[in-house]
Amino acid sequence: MARMNMVQALNSAMDVMLGRDPRVVILGEDVGFFGGVFRVTDGLQRKYGEHRVLDTPIAEGGIIAAAIGMGVNGLKPVAEIQFADYIYPGFDQVVSELARIRYRTASEFHVPVTIRTPCGGGIRGGQTHSQSPEAIFAHVCGIKVVMPSNPYDAKGLLISAIEDDDPVVFFEPKRIYNGPFDGDPHKPAVPWSAHPRGEVPDGHYAVPIGRAEVVREGADVTIIAYGTMVHVAEAAVRATGIDAEIVDVRTMSPLDTETLCNSVCKTGRCVVVHEATRFSGYGAEIVASVQEQCFWNLEAPVKRVAGWDTPYPHAFEWEYFPGQARIAAALNEVMEAR
Amino acid sequence: MTPRSRLHVPAPPARPGQEPDFSYLQLSPAGAVYRPDVTAAARDIENLSLELVRVLDDEHRAVGPWNPHLEAPELQVALRHMLLTRLFDDRMQRIQRQGRISFYIKSTGEEAVAVAAGMALQPGDMLFPSYRQQGLQVVRGRNLVDLMCQCLSNTRDMCKGRQMPIMYHFGDGNIFSISGNLATQFPQAVGWAMAAAIKGEDHIAASWIGEGSSAEADFHYAMTFAAVYQAPVILNLVNNQWAISTFQGFAGGERRTFAQRGPGYGIPGIRVDGNDFLAVYAVTQWAAQRARQSAGPTLIEHVTYRAAAHSTSDDPSRYRPKEEWQAWPLGDPVTRLKQHLIALGEWSEERHAQLHKELEAQVTACWKEAESYGTLTQGPFLDPLTMFDDVFRDMPANLQREREEMRALLERQRAEAGSAQSQDAHGTPPRAHEG
Repeated sequence: MARMNMVQALNSAMDVMLGRDPRVVILGEDVGFFGGVFRVTDGLQRKYGEHRVLDTPIAEGGIIAAAIGMGVNGLKPVAEIQFADYIYPGFDQVVSELARIRYRTASEFHVPVTIRTPCGGGIRGGQTHSQSPEAIFAHVCGIKVVMPSNPYDAKGLLISAIEDDDPVVFFEPKRIYNGPFDGDPHKPAVPWSAHPRGEVPDGHYAVPIGRAEVVREGADVTIIAYGTMVHVAEAAVRATGIDAEIVDVRTMSPLDTETLCNSVCKTGRCVVVHEATRFSGYGAEIVASVQEQCFWNLEAPVKRVAGWDTPYPHAFEWEYFPGQARIAAALNEVMEAR
Repeated sequence: MTPRSRLHVPAPPARPGQEPDFSYLQLSPAGAVYRPDVTAAARDIENLSLELVRVLDDEHRAVGPWNPHLEAPELQVALRHMLLTRLFDDRMQRIQRQGRISFYIKSTGEEAVAVAAGMALQPGDMLFPSYRQQGLQVVRGRNLVDLMCQCLSNTRDMCKGRQMPIMYHFGDGNIFSISGNLATQFPQAVGWAMAAAIKGEDHIAASWIGEGSSAEADFHYAMTFAAVYQAPVILNLVNNQWAISTFQGFAGGERRTFAQRGPGYGIPGIRVDGNDFLAVYAVTQWAAQRARQSAGPTLIEHVTYRAAAHSTSDDPSRYRPKEEWQAWPLGDPVTRLKQHLIALGEWSEERHAQLHKELEAQVTACWKEAESYGTLTQGPFLDPLTMFDDVFRDMPANLQREREEMRALLERQRAEAGSAQSQDAHGTPPRAHEG
């Protein structure tokens, strides 16, 4: 066991997989010699060589297309898109190609590509370095969509993604790369070393894709969240004193509705929290599933707490970010409803 | 008058009712273009992107440094592949017109582009075609029955009814899946080639793109990645003059040849007579040798003409002169190879007529067999429940739930249809589904 932050845990996942499986290759902008702008691939090219950890031109569509071609030729590429906000030039290759090659060839071809990409705000990134486009990808059948909330899950889920025979889009909430952020930008940063999920095994282990996890047990209300918002929700629960159960979704697609709905059926109340914009956001899918399966157990309307339906504004980042105050207000509202 | 900005909107030289005009085409005499060493630096051979590599001259002789000196039996095989491709296309077009398949795309006039390249490459080389290179399937030995079953979406359809006609793939033959999203295959082929080099294998990749879809960003990605990593790949740009209704000027071909884009990326660009089997073969062979020797990628512009409509959904008489194909200065690739073989004393009109008859019979027999595995209107039909397979390797819970929901719905419908039939002896029987 070692103490790792999320950057180190992700790096360790790729290190382990590059060492175990000669088919694994890493490609992306600045990932090679420099080790990535967030340092997630630091040292990997030095260790495994420039044929296995490749710097690429600035061309997200080309990176994803090349990864697909490599996958067709028997490699297991892990492509980094430097910011999720930059992924759109590659969207056609993801939606029309990556997600459908197994289906359209009746499994004669398949493409085991992992796309890693940092997402989310809170780093003064403005509208082009802060987006959370998970719902856009979860809507596409044929790809799996993952977002971890801590170093232990990050490493285990990334290993699962690389080992998966199907394509995975792996979102990394960059605000919690270095520590569990509780939504208050004015407090001193907290490192992962103090967090139980900062304990990460050095070697190989897998956290299964497609399983949500109850990260705090509670009786009165269920908070469904993922990524950075798991930690903000925990802080809001501490602040309000409400006995909430918190479920970390971890995988957007395929969604573990069973774990989510078991919790909501138990508590009878539900608040869904994500950083992405609300309209047609991923929360809508969660709320629909909860409504279908827990309707007769619900004591109050299900609430969503999400980013406002505007682009992520640079100057008003903390007014935009769905912080503790908005989660607390939603919790109180849901608890008062009768 | 003060000068002001004004858009140039490209217009083809002739519209319906006008005389075809191909004076814009820059041609070189057969045998006139220099053949450099395969390791030549891209900057030293830029002239290849302006001239036109041709081997067959007007007297049907093979001339000049690009003559691949193929033996007669190999040329006869090539003629057979090209003629079979053409007869297969003709039959499938007629079948579409009869309403027995939903859609078709012919490659008429462009058979040499696919067949010559396919024959010049090795079986282990991976092909990423667009939708008009069915000749590659023929060269790689794909049974026509398999192609027909795909077009029929029947019980033997390789795509299990999930793709429009002609979107074939051929895993055993190393031909990748054809996509309806144009140009995506171009940078994928580069990725495949990069992987071959990473693994230390000497297979190369080849891809085909139309001049029209070379306007997509994927073309630029492919060229950039191929150039940066010197990937072992052949990038074929098939300039058949027409992208549905827009002529090649709309893809940017008015002031520069498409091959000239190659040198812009540091990649040799070779402009070849796409209707000259020997020239396409020789240029492909040159590019393949170059790629296999780590000397890098090649962009080949095949100058050809789309003799047929874009697809069965298209009507070219609305936008181009009907007589253009007859006026095309580079002729018909099948006729030219036939005449070459006759000039060599290795073929005759009689043998050609015999081959024609034999291949027609083959196509007929294949169609008969394909139809026995089901058509769009007559069973046996694919089981619709298979639509949930192959989205992922392992079916997730949500798809399992949806499949069960559909299974129940289908069973209810069948039961209702069954009881309606028992009341009406002449009623339509319910669709029978295969296992």
